[in-house]
Amino acid sequence: MKNTPFTNIHTQLGAKMAEFAGYNMPISYSGINDEHAAVRNSLGIFDVSHMGEFLLKGEHALELIQRITSNDASKLTNGKAQYSCFPNKEGGIVDDLLVYCIEENKVYMLVVNASNMQKDWDWIMQHNTNAVEMKDISNQTALLAVQGPNAVNAMQQLTDMDLINLKYYTFCKGTFAGIDNVVVSATGYTGAGGVEIYFPASFTMGDESQLAAETMWHKIMEAGAAFNIKPCGLAARDTLRLEMGFCLYGNDIDDTTSPLEAGLGWITKFTKDFTNSSALQQQKADGVKQKLVGFEMIDKGIPRHHYLLKSADGNTIGHVSSGTQSPSLGKAIGLGYVSIEHASIGSEIFVEVREKLLKAVVVKIPFYQG
Amino acid sequence: MNVPADLKYTKDHEWIRIENNIATIGITDFAQGELGDIVFVDINTVGKTLTHGDIFGTVEAVKTVSDLFLPVNGTILEINPGLDASPEVVNTDPYGAGWMVKVQMSNDDVSTLMNADEYSALIG
Repeated sequence: MKNTPFTNIHTQLGAKMAEFAGYNMPISYSGINDEHAAVRNSLGIFDVSHMGEFLLKGEHALELIQRITSNDASKLTNGKAQYSCFPNKEGGIVDDLLVYCIEENKVYMLVVNASNMQKDWDWIMQHNTNAVEMKDISNQTALLAVQGPNAVNAMQQLTDMDLINLKYYTFCKGTFAGIDNVVVSATGYTGAGGVEIYFPASFTMGDESQLAAETMWHKIMEAGAAFNIKPCGLAARDTLRLEMGFCLYGNDIDDTTSPLEAGLGWITKFTKDFTNSSALQQQKADGVKQKLVGFEMIDKGIPRHHYLLKSADGNTIGHVSSGTQSPSLGKAIGLGYVSIEHASIGSEIFVEVREKLLKAVVVKIPFYQG
Repeated sequence: MNVPADLKYTKDHEWIRIENNIATIGITDFAQGELGDIVFVDINTVGKTLTHGDIFGTVEAVKTVSDLFLPVNGTILEINPGLDASPEVVNTDPYGAGWMVKVQMSNDDVSTLMNADEYSALIG
């Protein structure tokens, strides 16, 4: 199992640790509800250094990205990022990712899911027919997500870069908390606002830059102390993203789900050709047969990944892809795929929980409106 | 980790208090800590006569769901009425207000149960 530069800190804080995508990751510290509330109401910090980062460089870098991702990366100018996905040839999704434009037409950073790092690398390599220079910097890049309504004010204390005016899905690069070449990005997976901070760091305990990363963590904690910053684990990250209806790869999207069915039409741009674009365009024209929807439980129970969704007459109409008790809303919520005739807002559906059918209703996402 | 000396325990992290052949059953401090914030205790077996090892209910935490296994033979007499409105007492007071069911034991064989020392050794 691999460490991140912050593994010692998590252990010292008494975090509940578990393996995730090959990394020893913090699942929770003070408790999911407590961490979740800290992010919604004030400030939390997440170690997400397990995420994968690939640099693509050269005159054909943009052309490669355009060919393998669904969103239109030609819209990106320096300092802008976009959410996108790699469609596969069979109608599904290889992974979802962020594309960062470091230098227009020349240098891009792709941020991918840890669990898909090797698959993604192989996929990109396979399509790299014009010798774009590729570099995997995943295990030398620390990533801290500092999230919550007070994140920007707290982090502004640590840098001369203007974070207050940093727009959503833009980033800046400079000195932050005394470390150079730090990328501060106004992005996140919580819907609570805040930044994600990328910086070079060794993942080997005791290395100088690993110790510097620990110092960075402590400086962020000090800057956030006035806002009661809390360390938050992957469990709260999951409840926060689910309240926003953000897709999680492996749950809500995978090798078999269409981006159009997953509600990712907004990042599927047919203004250019990309992997499987003609088939997806046809699917759009024909209309999707099933759709990812959000639902709230009416009967008491918690929907979980893989539970069946049924109609009132007991026929299977789909399945739950993610579910939880929503800490902010105090009710059980889920995402799931249902056949299109059951996908409209207000549609009554049933979740099969331990051989019982529990009533739920299709609602708008995001579940949580800030 | 709180492991009261006067209770019996199972490898499934349940505790049992036996008084006059009635067993009061809950989950241990270790179990609630592993599960995290508990949001729903789902038990529909009142009046049922079950055997040691049967599932008598389910506990739902935010992140996960776990079955509850009956540690004795007997009939489920009562569910803790307080859990419906405040399932979080399983986290805050697992051996007290967080008890789950009372069971009329059909025999008094508790030889499979662990004492506090044995359970403490199990959870290390």
